[in-house]
Amino acid sequence: MPYLIVFLPLVGAILGYSFKFLGDRYAEVITTAFLFLSALLSILIFYNGIVHGEYINYKIIEWISSGNLNVSWSINIDPLSSIMLVVVTSISSLVHLYSIGYMNQDLNKPRFMAYLSLFTFAMLMLVVSDNFLQLFFGWEGVGLCSYLLIGFWYKKNTANNAAIKAFLVNRVGDFGLAIGIFLIFNYFGTLNYNEVFANVTEHSTKEINFLGLNINLITLISLTLFIGAMGKSAQFFFHTWLPDAMEGPTPVSALIHAATMVTAGVFLVVRCSPIFEYSQVALNFIAVIGMITAVFAASVALVQNDIKKIIAYSTCSQLGYMFFAVGVGAYHVAMFHLFTHAFFKALLFLGAGSVIHAFKDEQDIRKMGGVWKKIPYTWALMLIGTLALTGFPLLSGFYSKDAIIEFAYFKNSSIGYYAMTVGITTAFFTALYSWRLFFKTFHGKYNNSDLAIEETHESPLVMLIPLIFLALGALFVGYFFKELFIGYHYLEFWKESIFFIEEIEHLDLPYWLLFSTPFLVVLAIPLSYYLYIKNTDILSGVRKLNKPLYNFLLNKWYFDELYDAIFIKPFKLTGLFLWKKIDQNTIDRYGPDGFSKIIKYLSNVAVKFQSGYIYDYAFVMLLGLSFLLTYLMIK
Amino acid sequence: MINIELGHYLALGGVIFLLGVIGIFLNRKNVIVILMSVELILLSVNINLVAFSVYSNEIAGQIFTFFILTVAAAEAAIGLAIIVSYYRNKGSIRVQDINEMKG
Repeated sequence: MPYLIVFLPLVGAILGYSFKFLGDRYAEVITTAFLFLSALLSILIFYNGIVHGEYINYKIIEWISSGNLNVSWSINIDPLSSIMLVVVTSISSLVHLYSIGYMNQDLNKPRFMAYLSLFTFAMLMLVVSDNFLQLFFGWEGVGLCSYLLIGFWYKKNTANNAAIKAFLVNRVGDFGLAIGIFLIFNYFGTLNYNEVFANVTEHSTKEINFLGLNINLITLISLTLFIGAMGKSAQFFFHTWLPDAMEGPTPVSALIHAATMVTAGVFLVVRCSPIFEYSQVALNFIAVIGMITAVFAASVALVQNDIKKIIAYSTCSQLGYMFFAVGVGAYHVAMFHLFTHAFFKALLFLGAGSVIHAFKDEQDIRKMGGVWKKIPYTWALMLIGTLALTGFPLLSGFYSKDAIIEFAYFKNSSIGYYAMTVGITTAFFTALYSWRLFFKTFHGKYNNSDLAIEETHESPLVMLIPLIFLALGALFVGYFFKELFIGYHYLEFWKESIFFIEEIEHLDLPYWLLFSTPFLVVLAIPLSYYLYIKNTDILSGVRKLNKPLYNFLLNKWYFDELYDAIFIKPFKLTGLFLWKKIDQNTIDRYGPDGFSKIIKYLSNVAVKFQSGYIYDYAFVMLLGLSFLLTYLMIK
Repeated sequence: MINIELGHYLALGGVIFLLGVIGIFLNRKNVIVILMSVELILLSVNINLVAFSVYSNEIAGQIFTFFILTVAAAEAAIGLAIIVSYYRNKGSIRVQDINEMKG
């Protein structure tokens, strides 16, 4: 059964693409059906795990066996991976279904569906691995599929650039991950999780020399692994690729850049919790990066105008939440937020896709508005998604996000209090930009001059059904799973898959903390309605007064410009220099081009011998013969 | 009275051979002249053969000469036939015009 879960998407991708001449419908049906089957089986495995505690490591086949490097392809089912299985396959299957409707007009449907399935396979390989090498395989696989899908509309220049950017930024992070894995193999002599985690205590005080610095080994490993996680999860410094990745089709954004791939970083850190627990430095670093990302992305999202970019920054910010949850040691809460976030963020993205569809490929929220009666289902579903994201009481985002803030408080350290403050502030920002998006899209007056309001239309049923399922998830998963994931007996569920040196104690929460976030979140609704719909003059006044700040946020803290100046321009110039001067003018000129020029010149000389006249040939023959004879006689 | 020795015959053969060779590559006008030059070269070889045959008292050389004469006759016939058909195709057998193998 686990084999089916992992390999059905791969088979679907291969069958769907290689028999595409059977028609678009065939590719759509086969990939979607396989994914749904895989999702059902995952839920079954998840259920078996909870109820019967059935956690087995299935070995597929031995991969590498050389010296003390023993690595197998395996399907390791434990609580952590079973959650990821459910998240990945269920979101992926719904996105597959949605894509049938969304990509209706596209000419390359089989290719799209095959990429989606291939991505799902790589992601599953990543989460079910029992060693770092298979994890790396999945890690690179999802990176590749992300590249292919961002650049799916390869005729668009911006899409190609975004795909290359995503790939390159991820490469920097992957370099860190690779170094981390090398370090682990060098000092632990194995790559299997169990063996590594069992030996962490032995190495926990070892110091090594790295680039001239004496660093604790575990800290160094944790930091390098975390750099990999930062790249994949678009954390501060590495976040620039995520908003640009919105150039891809919307289902891709929902699946890869919201629900699954970007959470791989969180998954990695949680998976390696036995290592991270021994390095307080690394945990603090993670918490700080998480906090910065959360605030930064939320602040940028406040002023963006592209509906997908707002949600992308929101994703970035929520990932920041997960990381500072990890940083304060609340791994299970981070996973819980990952779980709920996957549902409502996929819902928001697919809902945004439905809006874009309704407006005939318009993404600017300034050109929307006033259409909530025209597209009531999308409106209702987006409402659920927005409520869940902002953490409206009793919806899923409420349970997970408040839990993060509470656990930051429980941590009872200065970094915990910082994290709590940042969490509450960001929650307020989140509510503001989410409602801004919602109101500007659906309410107020209709602002699109290119498209008559009568032409906006509701999406087909095939797009709405996945949205409804996701909305159910956004409404209820928080409530149903909170006891299991983060309740008082959470270790009964998690077993050995996450590790604490020192469990966070459940203290009594002060009431002000318990109510502050929901209060702020609810307050944000009328506030943003007033600011963005009723009385927009206040905001434009504020905008005028704080022009530099507004531009600073609108240009995403000038990060793209900064990186452009620091990295891209010098590298481009170096590349141009190497290409023009070194390669073309030196190596080619004196190397291959030079040789071919000499040969060409010589052959031009030689061609003159071939005059075509018989007597010339005869003369040359005679000369040759006489030389030969002379030579033979002299010898 | 000069005693005619082997050397004289060989000199004659050499002179005729050189005439043939020079005839081939100095001639710029007529293909038939080339053909004749080839015949001259063959004849010079024959003279050599006969001279050596008499000198070394070996009859085989003279028998070979007959073979060569036969083959030369056949070759001349074929060569003339080729020239005729070439003339029909190209309308000229001037050597300057035959340069289709030019590289």
